[in-house]
Amino acid sequence: MRWVVVIAALTLVGSAAAADGKQVFGRYCVSCHGPNGAGVADRGPSLHGVGARAADFYLRTGYMPLKHVGLQPRRSRLLLDDAQIAALVRYVASLGSGPAVPHPHPERGNVSAGMTLFRSHCAGCHQIVAEGGYVTNAVPPALGDATPTQIAEAVRIGPYVMPTFSTKAISDDELDSIIRYVEYAKHPDNRGGWALGNVGPIPEGLVSWFIAGTALLGVCLVIGKRLRA
Amino acid sequence: MSITRRVVTFVDERTASAPILRKALRYLFPDHWSFLLGEVALYAFMVLVGTGIYLTFFFVDSTHDVVYHGTYAPLQGQHMTEAYKSVVDLSLNVKAGLLIRQTHHWAANVFLVAILLHLFRVFFTGAYRKPRGLIWALGVTMLFTSLLEAYMGYSLVDDLLSGMGLVIGYSVGLSIPFVGANLMEWLFHGPYPGQHVFWPRMYIAHVLLFPILIGMLLTAHLLLVALRHHTQFKRRRAQSNHVVMGVPTFPGQTPRSLGLLLAVAGVLFLLGGLVQINPIWQWGPYHTYDATNGAQPDWYLGWLIGGLRLVPGFDLVIGKFTLVPNPFWGGALFPLVILGFLYFWPWLERKWTGDHAWHNVLERPRDNPRRTAIGIGVISWVVLVFVAGSSDRVNLVFGIPYTGQIWFYRVFVFVGPLLFGAIAYRVCKELQAGEKVEEDRHTAEAEARLATWSKPSQSSES
Amino acid sequence: MRAETAAILLFLLTGLFSVAFIVVYAIDRIPHQTQFLGLALGGALVSLAAALIITGLKLVVTEELVEEYPPPLHAGEVDLIATTVEEGGTRLTRRRLFKLTLLAAGGGLATAALTPAVSFGPILRVKDFFGTPWTRGRRLVDENGTPYKASDIEEKDFYTAFAEGADKEEAGASVVLVRLPTSSLKLPSELQGYDADGIVAYSKICTHAGCAISMYRVPTFAPDEPKPALVCPCHYSTFDPASGGTVQFGPAGRPLPMLPLQIDGKGHLRAKGNFNEAVGPSWWGVRNRKPTP
Repeated sequence: MRWVVVIAALTLVGSAAAADGKQVFGRYCVSCHGPNGAGVADRGPSLHGVGARAADFYLRTGYMPLKHVGLQPRRSRLLLDDAQIAALVRYVASLGSGPAVPHPHPERGNVSAGMTLFRSHCAGCHQIVAEGGYVTNAVPPALGDATPTQIAEAVRIGPYVMPTFSTKAISDDELDSIIRYVEYAKHPDNRGGWALGNVGPIPEGLVSWFIAGTALLGVCLVIGKRLRA
Repeated sequence: MSITRRVVTFVDERTASAPILRKALRYLFPDHWSFLLGEVALYAFMVLVGTGIYLTFFFVDSTHDVVYHGTYAPLQGQHMTEAYKSVVDLSLNVKAGLLIRQTHHWAANVFLVAILLHLFRVFFTGAYRKPRGLIWALGVTMLFTSLLEAYMGYSLVDDLLSGMGLVIGYSVGLSIPFVGANLMEWLFHGPYPGQHVFWPRMYIAHVLLFPILIGMLLTAHLLLVALRHHTQFKRRRAQSNHVVMGVPTFPGQTPRSLGLLLAVAGVLFLLGGLVQINPIWQWGPYHTYDATNGAQPDWYLGWLIGGLRLVPGFDLVIGKFTLVPNPFWGGALFPLVILGFLYFWPWLERKWTGDHAWHNVLERPRDNPRRTAIGIGVISWVVLVFVAGSSDRVNLVFGIPYTGQIWFYRVFVFVGPLLFGAIAYRVCKELQAGEKVEEDRHTAEAEARLATWSKPSQSSES
Repeated sequence: MRAETAAILLFLLTGLFSVAFIVVYAIDRIPHQTQFLGLALGGALVSLAAALIITGLKLVVTEELVEEYPPPLHAGEVDLIATTVEEGGTRLTRRRLFKLTLLAAGGGLATAALTPAVSFGPILRVKDFFGTPWTRGRRLVDENGTPYKASDIEEKDFYTAFAEGADKEEAGASVVLVRLPTSSLKLPSELQGYDADGIVAYSKICTHAGCAISMYRVPTFAPDEPKPALVCPCHYSTFDPASGGTVQFGPAGRPLPMLPLQIDGKGHLRAKGNFNEAVGPSWWGVRNRKPTP
């Protein structure tokens, strides 16, 4: 008898939590993802089977809620607090069985293997030290703010126009190495001095003109005479 | 006898050169600050040669495959060329190696900045006019030779970024109508990536052939300047096409020029130590099947990446014959047109204005509105194409859609120069008008003063 | 004489910076070596520069002198030179023929001297541009040499493959593989059958300027997101993998060459032949011939 009570209580609590998530879902998500996350044609995909992994990623990065349909989801200020996100994650996870939030171990990875993997699979879009870039009609973001969990999630999900890399393509061990490399790339070896954002020749050109150029122009102005003496 | 006297006696006894030395010592330099820009370029070149010699003692010009087992963990176990590895080792394991390498690279960037500033000064003041057309032609040749030299320099390292740049250069060469493919397989010893022998070729060109070429052009350039003497701005009444005023080499000019040399070297070494440039260990080695986003050439080739990105996607084809592959327009024709403009401008101007006279006195930009407007127009064309080439980064930073920017620039790179040229023309005219008003005012005041002095009785009577 | 004092102090400063450079160089334990070495050497140079500039501006006699420009023309000398040279040939009877044949001799010698340069590379062997390592039955392998199985290739991902046994750096060796739903394939008639169960393979070398096509844009939610495309990061040439690598945006003037695929008995991916077009950036004869193994 006691067990029935316990189970009933748990179910109530569970459904209460789910109901909580459902309420948040109703406020922020249903207009695009439809009632019970079934999806709305031309507005938002179905969330059945996407699992806690997708919800955790899109919500904790601020990719979702999306301001309006057609925009690229980007990292932004979180509209929802931690409790709301947790509730939503549970709710979305309950919409059919899907992958759980991953737990990567970058400390087990190899940074050199990670660099090689990153170069083959990721650098074309995200740039070799993960400073982000451009692909026609979309913006692969810089990864400086991405947590290891978020990187693992994004690699498996392939949000927006990013490819999706399953464990067959990139094993969990390889993913650990990739994440280890991305973590390294957040603070790369900049022993040459001021790193100028690690994006290459454009800022170097700006320094050549506006720092060196102005300094040397200044020296010339000091040494030489002006037209109006 | 003083030391100086002894040294000069020693030299003249052995070389009979005292008369020449005296002339050299009393050569008059114009002292306007803008005449020092060419010197800045010269001193940057000297730093390049000095630091470059050091680098040749460490660089390995081989594209043979090696595996990295050095101190930098992210590259551990990776395959790379010996060339790339030698630069990684120099940067990370040789004391002062990174300092000298970075100084060398900064010097190249700043060398080209200085050349351009110097070119602007010479162009906008008409210094290239007769009898100095040859000096101008030598200078333009040095500009393009230095562009190529710098490009080869950073391509030698064979990192991911510069490797991508090299294949693009190859493709532009390939796009030359009729002969492109033949020329490129001749140079590379086969289609890209060519044979291993290409790397020593590029190396010898960069460390021996081009420096000698630039050195010779530079020597001729400076010799001609000295033989015909510098031009000058007309600041004093004594100055004219026949009479030059200036500061002699010794003692006036020498400490200033030496000071400038050291200032240039100082700025370059400060940059070399404090501001990171081309951190190739972060880019990783190049492979033909790898690429990174955000790859850009060094600044002085930015106009070409803009040119390559702006041209809509078409090859000009006749039947099966590909007459003009796409990269030709933005990558080869565009710089050729600029080169042609620069080379032929003095002749064009002479034909156009009918001015075949011999000029030693410079004009200020406002004194020749047409030349200034045309110069500003051509510069705007290059700058706008250059800016178009970085529109993907503008998208990333400011959110303006890339595709939209490309369409905008496709039109604006042609409209803008006309606009900016017209504005420059107006500005010159206005400045001239303003000076004329000043002049008229001075003259009127002087006349009025003269009138009151010369006829005092008249004014007091009436 | 404040300027002189300043100059002397700056000379001393130069010396100090120089010593600092040597000290930093000698002591390994000093961190940020590049920065301190640069500061020391740069500081020394800038101090000396300042000293010399102060000397030049304030300490040496800087009179402005006046003198004549050299004359535009030394008419007399020019005349003498010209006459001397012209008179040099007074004993020639057939002047034009002499000059002409002298020129021809010089030109001939110069041409002969330059001729060995022709052998720097195969200047006429353009058929090399059509060579690729792909033959019918050649397996597709990954960067480590492991053969790809068709079942390895999943939708929404992209893979880099090479001709088994080939030099990976060769332009014709690398391909990019994607799997598309067969219903979405819109291959033109001449490329029908080039796919293997929806898996398509294109040359990884961009037909614009040779960079590696290393971006695959594939939508999560097709109605509101850009459609699948292979994109090059250099100048953003955008190719549609569903329609035979046709150019959707960007400066490429040719579609991506497509490699016909088949699946063997063990499920491995193999080439069914060579690319439909020559690989790599365009050149004058790129459309003249089909690629050869």
